This record gives sequence, structure tokens and C-alpha cells, in this order.
Amino acid sequence: MSLLEIKDLHVDVGGKEILKGINLEIEAGKIHAIMGPNGSGKSTLSYTLSGREGYEVTSGSILFKGRDLTEMSIDERAAAGVFLAFQYPIEIPGVTNMTFLRTAVNAQRKARGESEMDAASFLRFVREKAAQLKVSDDMLKRPLNVGFSGGEKKRNEILQMALLEPSLAVLDETDSGLDIDALKVVSEGVNALRDPERAMLVITHYQRLLDHIVPDVVHVLANGRIIKTGGKDLALELEKSGYEGLIESAA
Amino acid sequence: MNGNVMTTVEENRQDVEQLAKREYEFGFVTDIESDRAPKGLSEDIVRFISAKKNEPEWMLEWRLEAYRRWLKMPKPDWAKLNIPEIDFQDLYYYSAPKSQADGPKSLDEVDPELLATYEKLGIPLSEQKILAGVVAVDAVFDSVSVVTTFKAKLAEAGVIFCPISEALQSHPELVKKYLGTVVPQSDNYYAALNSAVFSDGSFVYVPKGVRCPMELSTYFRINERNTGQFERTLIIAEEGAYVSYLEGCTAPQRDENQLHAAVVELVAHESAEIKYSTVQNWYPGNAEGEGGIYNFVTKRGDCREANAKISWTQVETGSAITWKYPSCILRGDNSVGEFYSIAITNNYQQADTGTKMIHLGRNTTSRIIAKGISAGKSQSTYRGLVSSHAKATGARNFTQCDSLLIGDQCGAHTVPYIESHTPSAVIEHEATTSKISEDQLFYCQQRGLSEEEAVALIVNGFCKDVLQQLPMEFAVEAQKLVGISLEGSVG
Repeated sequence: MSLLEIKDLHVDVGGKEILKGINLEIEAGKIHAIMGPNGSGKSTLSYTLSGREGYEVTSGSILFKGRDLTEMSIDERAAAGVFLAFQYPIEIPGVTNMTFLRTAVNAQRKARGESEMDAASFLRFVREKAAQLKVSDDMLKRPLNVGFSGGEKKRNEILQMALLEPSLAVLDETDSGLDIDALKVVSEGVNALRDPERAMLVITHYQRLLDHIVPDVVHVLANGRIIKTGGKDLALELEKSGYEGLIESAA
Repeated sequence: MNGNVMTTVEENRQDVEQLAKREYEFGFVTDIESDRAPKGLSEDIVRFISAKKNEPEWMLEWRLEAYRRWLKMPKPDWAKLNIPEIDFQDLYYYSAPKSQADGPKSLDEVDPELLATYEKLGIPLSEQKILAGVVAVDAVFDSVSVVTTFKAKLAEAGVIFCPISEALQSHPELVKKYLGTVVPQSDNYYAALNSAVFSDGSFVYVPKGVRCPMELSTYFRINERNTGQFERTLIIAEEGAYVSYLEGCTAPQRDENQLHAAVVELVAHESAEIKYSTVQNWYPGNAEGEGGIYNFVTKRGDCREANAKISWTQVETGSAITWKYPSCILRGDNSVGEFYSIAITNNYQQADTGTKMIHLGRNTTSRIIAKGISAGKSQSTYRGLVSSHAKATGARNFTQCDSLLIGDQCGAHTVPYIESHTPSAVIEHEATTSKISEDQLFYCQQRGLSEEEAVALIVNGFCKDVLQQLPMEFAVEAQKLVGISLEGSVG
């Protein structure tokens, strides 16, 4: 059984159909990339998987570990192992990064019937993971994402992923707003989290990210449908010929 | 609500009714052995209360004067509150817990039922807690103090901390010297009522140069049906003294509205500092807006001499109606006033709260940080006055009022009054209004927080500047309270 099975998924946003029959299967341990032009439905797919309000599944199904994901609330999905690395991480004034991380980890542990982590053991846990991602103590003490640079925000997203240890990580344009050096740090962080038990869905416009996070499978999403699936070379091909030729030939 | 408590309340109610009947039958005025005054307010009731407490003659006269003034005063109607008509003759103005009659000398002598109720309310009034040595608890059950602890340690430092009724016996000269000097009898309608019928409250006196060795804490709660609560608190810090006083309130669930009109007076002499913190979570009424406490409070501090400092911190989450403006009179040169406030309203709660900073002395400074959170169909108003008088050269104020709205059926209002009679005064006012964004909620939920946990986290972040002013043990309690108060406010 695949970790994630999406079948003929149709999704409306604001009464308009954005996803028009997505079929996608992801096995544990694999990295899938979804590429596509603006407006193709990439972000809609990531929000639908995480259960955001306003993304209405009109038909089709999403099975995650054999469970019907569409029946689960946002936080239930998170506790079950769905993680979304945001394209634009959200600022929460007055709540320190550390407080947020600990609240999130403990909320998920509680939901899974595990004991909550005390402050001291959590601190050790965070420090270890933070060091790998070059997240400073200062960043942990500051209010969540407030005044963070683009690179800091993305590193912090990956830190959250490292702490929450999801089974499925959806990375929504994690490369946007990153310079080469920051991209390298973030990609290394992601690669360190590759695991036979963990799948990733990497959403991006550009081949660039996939040089660092090498996918097993590449899908091209256009106009709400997956129009082509291939190996990592498909991304290189796209980089040369662009989306347009592919979309036209698929039409 | 726990069934046992319900039973107890019901029994109490029946007792009250029976007693009330009996008292009417036999005449109550001379019967000072009875545990309750009958319903209603008159000069006789005022005399009854004063007699019950064996007060000196001047105190009775003071009360009677207040009562006579109260009769002629109009109810204030300027607040943005919809206040149901209160029948002041349909309330009890004095009641004592039964087991109090003999006056317990230690916890062992306290009615176990009473202690059990405190436990249910989460009040840490246990031997262990007290022996831990951080907090002295002067607990008020209904109108009479039940137990006072840690007096010895305080006495060693020369600090007087006792029920004000006791202070009237042991230190009448101090009470007489200060009572009503900050909040006069006729200050306002509710203060006048309190002056006439106040039952008990705390008295604190910190002598010259003494730093009070522990945080002082009093828990008030309202128990009996139709019992108005009229606490009177008086805190005096002599030259160079320091004291931090904590007040927390809880009340069991009930159906009927209850009136509460407290008065708190603070006097800070030269270079003295008083820090007064409140966590108030009285019964706010049910989700339909039925029941709940009416809270009309007059709190005022007087920085009487140079370099004095008074700091108010309040977390207001309870009560159906809150009418409360802890204020500072900055009389002494260089004196400092602070007001840190969190006011949370949910369902049909109404809060009109804020402060007054009256700059009279030179180079006086004040700081106001007010955070209002409105949810449900509630209405929250910040109302604040900053005034600098002609002699207050160099006066300085900074005010920040932030409102956070949850949902689209609540209201937040900011009403700042600024009166400056000093060209050199600098008065700043900043205000923001925001909503919890769907983005923020989604982000938190995607990380595994439930919607309520997400709201609690975001609101706690919003309130952080105020929460960090609270003493440690209250900060934790207050953070939890913030979350609890907003349960059911989204979704």
C-alpha cells in the first residue's frame, strides 16, 4: 500500500474548479516533485492535503496510510504525519519560536497518546536539530517568524519538520526567496531528513531546487491535471523547453 | 458544575430563605448573633453591619454618611454598558459562612467543606503551599475572612496584613488616618455604596524602609445567592517601602446576576512602591448571556510623595459586566504610575475598563498598556484619562491600546481622554485593532494545534507585554485562563 493515494481528485476554491482530476501515488521513502506554471494548482494541492478551509473536495479521494484524509481536521492530519512547509511562513507576534515549537511538538504527542516533553528535554532536542540547520539560539528566542529574513524563515520551516518528524512532508516552493547559500543549507536540511519511512512532495517552479533535493519522480501539473510523469530527467527537460510546449502537446 | 456544590448551594439558599424569614419575624437589628442581615438596605442595615463587626463609633458615622450620600447620587451611565436595572433592596448586604461563627484560628478549624470548595476552584490554600513559604493567603469567603496565614513572618518584618475588620480593632488609628483619603465616600455611586456597607477586605501596612518579604495574596469569591460583595482594601506603603499584592477571583457557576462593588485604596509615600496584580475570572454568565457577575470596582492609588511608584496589572476575563478603572494620582514629584491590562470578553460579556493617570507633580511619568480581546457577541471598551495639571511640568505619558477581535459579531472600542494643562507635558497615545488571521490559525493547526489551542497561543502572544508584568505564579495561571476564557469563541 502506498503512503499517499490520490484518486481523481477534484477541488473547488471559491466556487471555481482548480484541481480537475488528480491521480497521484506516493510510496514511503520516495521524493516526488511537482512542477508547473503559475496557477496550475500546485498550492491548491498542498492546501487540500493539509485540510485548509475553503479548499472543497468535490469528488475523488485521498487516502493517507489507508485513512480517508478528507474526513480529518487540520490538526488531526498534522498529528497523523502530514506536514506542510509553507511558501510564506506566518508571523505570530509575542509567541517565541521556542514556545511555538514546543507547543506544536507536544500537541502532536498528546494527540498520538504520547507523553508531553518537559522543557529541559525539549531544549536538548531543539538545540541538536537547530545546530544542523544553523538556527541560532537568538532565532529560537525571537517571536515566530517576526523579522526573520527569507532564509531564516525557510530554515525554521525545515527545523519544524525535523522536530515533528512527519511521514509526509509537502514542501511548497521552499526555494522561493532563497539565495544560493541559503538554498544549500535548506536542501541539506531536507536531505538529512530523507528516510525510508518518510515521503516528500516537493512543489517548485524551478529545476534549481531539484539539483539539491533529487527526486525519484517528477510530475508536471498544468491546469489542474498532471499532464506528464517521469524521472528526474523530466525536470531537466522542462528547464530547457519550458512548460508551454509540454502543455500544448498534452492539450 | 459539580453536583455536590450544586447541592450545597441549594441548601445554602434554603437556609438563607429560612433565616431571612426568621430574622424578619424576630427583628434583626438587635439580633447581632445572626449570620445574615435580611434583604435590603437601610440605615438599620448599616448599623447592623457595623455592630456585627464591633466597630468604633466614628466608623459607623462614616458609613452612615456614605449611605446618606449614596441615596442622593445618580448611577453613572456614561460607560458603554447595557446594565440591567439592579434592585438594591433585593440584595443581602451581610452574610457570614456558618462555620465562621467562632473564628477558626488555624486551617484545622476551618470547615472541610469550605476547603474542599477552594480546592475545586483551584485555589492553592493548602498547608503545603503555605509552608512552601511563598504566599500568605488572606482568604475571603463571602464577606468574612476565613483564615489568615503567615502573619508571624510578616509581623517580624513589621508588616501588618490582616482583614480590614481586624485592623479596625487592632490599628484603628491607621485605618482612620487613611480610609477614604484616596477614594472619598462620595467618589461615585458604587464607591459610596461600598463605603456604607463594606463587609471586609484586606489591610496592608508596610513600615518605612521595609521590603515586604513575600507576595501578598487574597482570594475573593462569591458564594451565596443574592449576596452583594463589598470588599474594601487599603494598602499603605511608608517611605521607601515595597509591597506586591496579588488578588485573584473565582466564582462557581450560577443562574442569577450578582453585584460586586469593591473599593481598593493604595497610598505610596516617598520613594515607596506598590504593585497590585489582579486575575479576575468571576462567572461571566452562560453562552446565552444569562447570569454572571456585575463588577463595579473603584481602584485608585495615590503616589502621595516624591519618587513613589504604583503599578496596576489586571487580567480581566470574568464577570458579565465589568466597570473598572484602576487609577493613579501622581502627586509627588517624579512619581510613576503604571497600568497593564488584559480584558477578555466572550459570548455576551461587556467590559468598560481602563485607567486614569492624574499628573499633579513635576516630572511625573505614566505608562498604560491595555490589551482588549473580544470574541462572541461581546463588547469591550478601553476608557482612559491622562491629565496633566498646571504644575505638572515635564509630565510624560505613553499609552498603547491594542484590540484583538475574534469573529465578526463582537465590538472593541477605545475612548482616550487627554487633558493637558502643561505646555511641557508629553502625552503619547497609540492604538491598534486587529483580527486573528485565518493564516495564523491555519499555520498553527497545520503544526498540530487544535483551533482552541491556536487561539490561546496567538492571544497569549498578543498579551505578552502585560502577562510578563505579573508575578511568576500568576503569569502561569493567567496564561491558562486566557485560553479557557476563549473556549468556543471560534469555529
